Amino acid sequence: MALLEVHNINTFYGNIHALRGVSIEVEEGEIVTLIGGNGAGKSTTLNTISGITPAREGQIIFEGQDITETRPHEIVEKGITQAPEGRRVFARLTVRENLDMGAYTRRDRDGIKESLDAVYEIFPRLKERESQPGGTLSGGEQQMLAIGRALMAQPRLLLLDEPSMGLAPILVQEIFATIERLNETGTTILLVEQNAQVALSICNRGYVLQTGEIVLSGTGGELLANKMVRDAYLGAS
Amino acid sequence: MEKTASPKVRMPINTYKIVQVTIAVLFIGYLIWRIYALAVIEQVYGADSWLRFAVSGLILGSVYAVIAIGYTLVYGILFMINFAHGEIMMLGAYAGYFTLEALGSWIVDPAAGQAFLNANPVLSIVLAFAVGMTTSTIAGVFLEKIAYRPLRGAPRLVPLISAIGASIFLQNAAQLIFSPRRRDYLNPDILTRNTGWTVVVNSKDVVITYTGVFTFVLSIILLIVLYTIVQRTRMGRAMRAVAEDKKTAALMGIDVDGVISRTFAISGAMGGAAGVMWGIHNGIIYHYVGFIPGLKAFTAAVLGGIGNLPGAMLGGMVLGIVEATGPAILGIPFQLKDVIAFSILVLVLIFRPSGILGEVLTEEKV
Repeated sequence: MALLEVHNINTFYGNIHALRGVSIEVEEGEIVTLIGGNGAGKSTTLNTISGITPAREGQIIFEGQDITETRPHEIVEKGITQAPEGRRVFARLTVRENLDMGAYTRRDRDGIKESLDAVYEIFPRLKERESQPGGTLSGGEQQMLAIGRALMAQPRLLLLDEPSMGLAPILVQEIFATIERLNETGTTILLVEQNAQVALSICNRGYVLQTGEIVLSGTGGELLANKMVRDAYLGAS
Repeated sequence: MEKTASPKVRMPINTYKIVQVTIAVLFIGYLIWRIYALAVIEQVYGADSWLRFAVSGLILGSVYAVIAIGYTLVYGILFMINFAHGEIMMLGAYAGYFTLEALGSWIVDPAAGQAFLNANPVLSIVLAFAVGMTTSTIAGVFLEKIAYRPLRGAPRLVPLISAIGASIFLQNAAQLIFSPRRRDYLNPDILTRNTGWTVVVNSKDVVITYTGVFTFVLSIILLIVLYTIVQRTRMGRAMRAVAEDKKTAALMGIDVDGVISRTFAISGAMGGAAGVMWGIHNGIIYHYVGFIPGLKAFTAAVLGGIGNLPGAMLGGMVLGIVEATGPAILGIPFQLKDVIAFSILVLVLIFRPSGILGEVLTEEKV
């Protein structure tokens, strides 16, 4: 049984049919990536898993439990956290307070301290800026904070929504290296990306979303070699 | 080499700005004239009068601050003005009133004919506040569930109208249930109204009332406790996170609806405490008692910068003092003090809609 099984979900924004029967699976220990153009439904898929935009039809199973109708904060307690699109750090809260917010569902003081140290080890920059308001950080630092914040809950599954958005190429590499490292230390990751090249090269498997439907799936290597993917998402080469 | 012509900067004539500046200049000019006239020509008010004004301003201001906190907390999280907050305060005032009445008629020492109220005055006051604050807390939570939650996601005007409706409903319900009769608050003897410490200033007696000092001190304590809750506790952090970004707060595992409920609970508790203090200090309550203080506290919250906690506290204090000293300074009848308060609302909205402390907030919000 996979860690996360999404069966045939349909999500609507009012009358707009955003997801049309999306099914994906994420196995324990994998990096799975979801690529696709603007408005394809990548973020909606993550938000449906997180319970922010609940599915109208279909089923989401996490660790054998049905979480389709579970409310967002309970989903976090079950072990799925998200670093949302556009980072969305709390601008008025300090870096430390942002990280503490990530551990909101946890009560074990010692464990939280350990996670905090672990996050500071991965992102030493955050420690330097501990008492600065989140809004004063640079884009790259905010992305580190958003990922670090999501890690503070010790997730079984980490959802990353466009971590490379708006970052300089050098920072993109740094963030993706971190994502690989996180995965090696045992975090399962579902990654949504516009930057298909990098995303496909680090993932185990990938799905291609188009106007709310999965049109293609396969291992990272297979998708990188696929003609349609190359034409549509990697730029003709 | 050709010189690049520097573009001519033409200042646009801003009529609104001119009106603003004219009003400001006229008002400040008048104010300076009045202060000069008071100090040099008329000299009708001695130091004793000014002390009296200042004391009553501080007391009034502290109560405004406590009520204003209720507006600003809710605004900070839902971006709506809870216009029924004054009525929440009124309900607290009634609950405290009935508690004190009950304790006052419960004779515990038949020989001396002494009631519980005066046998245990401190406990009685604590009980009155406990009942008043609990009632208002419950009322606040229910108000949110019934009148505001179903309208979440509706345009901002809609919950505002619902709030005004709730306010009118609660006033009329109170009138129906409690009758429109004005009621005298029954204080324990140690807090008898209009008694207090006498200070002699300018060879005249100035009474600093026990109820006034009690109200002021309790208000400050409440403000400190509340500020600590919001800044230091897990719940406070959750409130600030929800205020900033509800979706992301939910992704952190925060129960957003729960936090909103608790915000209304805290805001209600503050309103209830203000209601009991109002009764104890001013002595008379009726179904309409929350309306004007509610509007004044709303003004105070706007003056300080709505959504900003220290702003609400500062705004309340400033408004109380301005209201108490304003009529004397401006040389207008004391009955017009409400006009001063609401003129401040208009002036703030014209000159500085973000309020005294509001700017920091808008800058950091970017």
